[in-house]
Amino acid sequence: MKVLIVDDEPNILLSLEYLMKKEGYRVFIARDGAEAFDIIRQELPDLLLLDVMMPRVDGYEVCQFVKQSPEYQHCKVIFLSAKSKEADIQKGLDLGADLYLPKPFSTRELVAKAHELMQN
Amino acid sequence: MTSLPLLLCSLLYLGLLFSVAYWAEKRTRKGRRFIDNPYVYALSISVYCTAWTFYGSVGRASSDGIEYLTSFIGPTLGAPLWWSIQRKIIRICKTQRITSIADFISSRYGKSRMLGVMATLLCVLGAIPYISIQLKAITTSFAVLSGQPLTGASGAFLSNQALIISLALALFTILFGTRKLEATEQHEGLVTAIAFESIVKLVAFLSIGLFVTFSLFDGPADLFEQAAAIPSLVKLFTFSSSTSTTNWFWYSCLSMMAILFLPRQFQVAVVENVDEKHLNKAMWLFPLYLFLINLFVLPLTFAGKLLLSPAVDADNYVLSLPLQFGQNGLALLAYIGGFSAATSMIIVETIALSVMISNNVVMPILVNRPSWQTRFDPMTGGASRSSIVITIRRLAIVSLLLLAYIYYHYVANHYSLVSVGVISFVAVAQFTPAMIGGLFWKRGSQQGAKVGLLMGALVWLYTLIMPSLVSVGLLPTSIVSDGPFGLAFLKPYEFLGLTGLDPISHALFWSLFFNTGGYLWGAFNRPQSLIEQNQALLFVDVFRLARSGEQSVTWNGQALATDLRSLLATFFGEEPTRRALDRYIQRNQLSVGSDYADPRLVTYAEKWLAGAIGTASARIMVASVTNEEPLSVDEVIHILKASQELMTVNKKLTRKSAELQQMTQQLSLANERLKQTDQQKDDFVSTVTHEIRTPLTSIRALSEILHDQTDMDEQVRQEFLSRVIRETERLSRLINQVLDMERYDSGRYSLNLERIAMADLISESVENVAQLARDKGVWLEVCPTLAPLSVNGDRDRLMQVLINLLSNAIKFAPADTGHVRICLQAHEHWAELSVTDNGVGIEPDVQQLIFEKFYQASNQTVRKPKGSGLGLAISKKIIDLHNGNISVLSAPGQGAQFICSLPAYYT
Repeated sequence: MKVLIVDDEPNILLSLEYLMKKEGYRVFIARDGAEAFDIIRQELPDLLLLDVMMPRVDGYEVCQFVKQSPEYQHCKVIFLSAKSKEADIQKGLDLGADLYLPKPFSTRELVAKAHELMQN
Repeated sequence: MTSLPLLLCSLLYLGLLFSVAYWAEKRTRKGRRFIDNPYVYALSISVYCTAWTFYGSVGRASSDGIEYLTSFIGPTLGAPLWWSIQRKIIRICKTQRITSIADFISSRYGKSRMLGVMATLLCVLGAIPYISIQLKAITTSFAVLSGQPLTGASGAFLSNQALIISLALALFTILFGTRKLEATEQHEGLVTAIAFESIVKLVAFLSIGLFVTFSLFDGPADLFEQAAAIPSLVKLFTFSSSTSTTNWFWYSCLSMMAILFLPRQFQVAVVENVDEKHLNKAMWLFPLYLFLINLFVLPLTFAGKLLLSPAVDADNYVLSLPLQFGQNGLALLAYIGGFSAATSMIIVETIALSVMISNNVVMPILVNRPSWQTRFDPMTGGASRSSIVITIRRLAIVSLLLLAYIYYHYVANHYSLVSVGVISFVAVAQFTPAMIGGLFWKRGSQQGAKVGLLMGALVWLYTLIMPSLVSVGLLPTSIVSDGPFGLAFLKPYEFLGLTGLDPISHALFWSLFFNTGGYLWGAFNRPQSLIEQNQALLFVDVFRLARSGEQSVTWNGQALATDLRSLLATFFGEEPTRRALDRYIQRNQLSVGSDYADPRLVTYAEKWLAGAIGTASARIMVASVTNEEPLSVDEVIHILKASQELMTVNKKLTRKSAELQQMTQQLSLANERLKQTDQQKDDFVSTVTHEIRTPLTSIRALSEILHDQTDMDEQVRQEFLSRVIRETERLSRLINQVLDMERYDSGRYSLNLERIAMADLISESVENVAQLARDKGVWLEVCPTLAPLSVNGDRDRLMQVLINLLSNAIKFAPADTGHVRICLQAHEHWAELSVTDNGVGIEPDVQQLIFEKFYQASNQTVRKPKGSGLGLAISKKIIDLHNGNISVLSAPGQGAQFICSLPAYYT
């Protein structure tokens, strides 16, 4: 299973990379949406852990891109964002995301949900 | 004495009177009001003493004895009541601008035109005989003095002195009273002349009395002793069983009512009153006057009886006594005294009546004509209208005097002075129920007043006037002796079988009985209309209303809502008018379906207007859009006078409303700003929470992993822990900055000012960030020549700014090739500090935004090192507090230069 972690916050990248590797995923990281596109095209990840607010291309655009392209149909998307208003969450889910976890999130919950998504 | 010099004397006296009046009016124009004085007021009230008093008292005393005193006892006993009655009438007349007793009654009972006409008619009917006896007195005294035979009754209608005198007096009255039209109907000159005449008649009468008592006799004791010797005279000055106490009672009551309601008394005591306080003194001055003028009545009566031939008419004793004893000078003085008594009565009475006739009878008819209905056109119509009014009054004066002359010629000649005078008193007494009821009883109604007045007047005509026509031969005598058609219970002197009273008491009793009965019946019989209730309230509660300032008038007329609105809008402006009226309509749930405004709305409008321009003017203005009733002439003239004042008020109001509008604008602006601030506050809070979440997320994730993963590599473990620590530091820095920001924003921060050498500040701050620059491989350069400047500032805060600017520059400068330069230049009185980097630069459209709070956090488009987003905002606040300025020069890809200017001086 390949997971792509997209965030502009180095601590998040570091901690999630460590955690997902431990859980047995092949981990890729991107520091903004633009970098994410490249990796998605090359690696076809199974799971995206996506921040919303990033420089250049934001998380919503990445999600929309993935969910609208038939070749990435299998890819699951989990938003991890400090934007925790109802409208922000709804927007993410409307774009096809499978899960929206407001920051600060629980790493245990994230791992559990990720597993769940991967088994289906 | 021949008649020509006497005629000249009379004319000279009239000329003197006119000069007195003219002088008083001139004084008034100069602002020294002669009549604003209780003595003049009391003397003018003494117009009560007419020729009837001057000649008739002696006449009456010689036939009825001391009963003559009733005409003076009544007013004396009644004077203390003036404080409650007269004062209230005066107050009402001033507030309601009433100018006659007919006007008063009409206004009190729902502004009934009919009542005004009735009251005027009754006044005229009552006054004509009264005026005629004045003419008689003048003519008789003229004849006695000039030694001519009396031609009055026997001579041709057009050939006697009475007619000449009537016409002369008409002319004189016209000159006095109707030269110009006054809304208040106050005549300064007239009042002064009347007061002057009161002095003349008193002095004349006292002189005759003193002459007779001390010159013809040896003082009063001698006189009374001589009189006591003759039994027929004893009867005259003693009370005996034959003296009717009932007559005393009725006569006293009669004069008590007459002094209040006689048209001329109403004119001088109420209409011409300039200050209510004058009543205080008049209440005892007037009775004193009455006492003095009656002092010598009995001595003169006895002297006449003792010294003159029985053929001499007792009415003429005052003249005949000095004449008999060769005192021609004194006789002339007596003539002038009597002349003044008569003329003062005639002048005031005819003026008062002419005002009634024009205002209550003729004008209501004229005003209803379409040409008078253009109400708001006083500029074009005012002058000609007032001349119409004056003409009407002049015609009224001439007609009244001619009527009086005719009455004199055919009727009065046959009666004594007193008896005719008393007939007039009874007519005027008919106002008593309507006046007293109107003043103190709110239930008193229009119908009651009409029925009462009508019945009283009819009884008066029947019991007093009809018999007088009988005695001059116009009607058969059987009516008096047997009753009309032989019906004994209808005998005019014994109506309904009432006997034992003399004709006057009898007439007074029955007229007042039917009058009061009719008044009460009317009051209980039919409910009052709205306007009656209103007027009743305004009159009865005049003192209370004036105190509380609530002259609540309910309008029963109709006003177009649009007219009302535009009237108010001229005073208060369109928008406030709309708001106020709509609010009132809503609050009181008035219906707005009709084109006409609800009466309550009209009342509200009037009250509102009254707050600005006073109640009286407000009433007139609202009346102008309400078709309640046409404006009276006096109101039109009042508008003319008030328009000047109104224009000033209007100007003030316009200015006020402009100010108000400006204030409203400022308020809404402030409100907008407040809303903006509120929005900013909301944004700030949500940004702060977001900014706090980021390090919090990192801390949670890192520490959860540290906690859960027991088999972590020691090195990774250390790395994780140090990141947790760094994020915690970031969090506390953020919180500190937010608090700082809050302090600057709320203005609670005060600077610790001291003198700071800028060069020191620069080197210190550079030292502070040197490590940061070294770590990143950025060349941090301080310009070789720094301007030797000092600023007055807070060292720590300025240091904070410099460090912020420098660390920002280092942060954005490229690693290893970065170059940051700090310089200081003098620019007039400013220290210009610049920090330049060769970093990514800033887009022009965001160069102003970077100084806003958290700008970076939500708007970053380029990747760059993160800060709290508050650094530059705080820096700007600090520089602002130092009265300085911070700005940025930059182009994308070409680095940025932050320039900070502070007021400075050379070290």
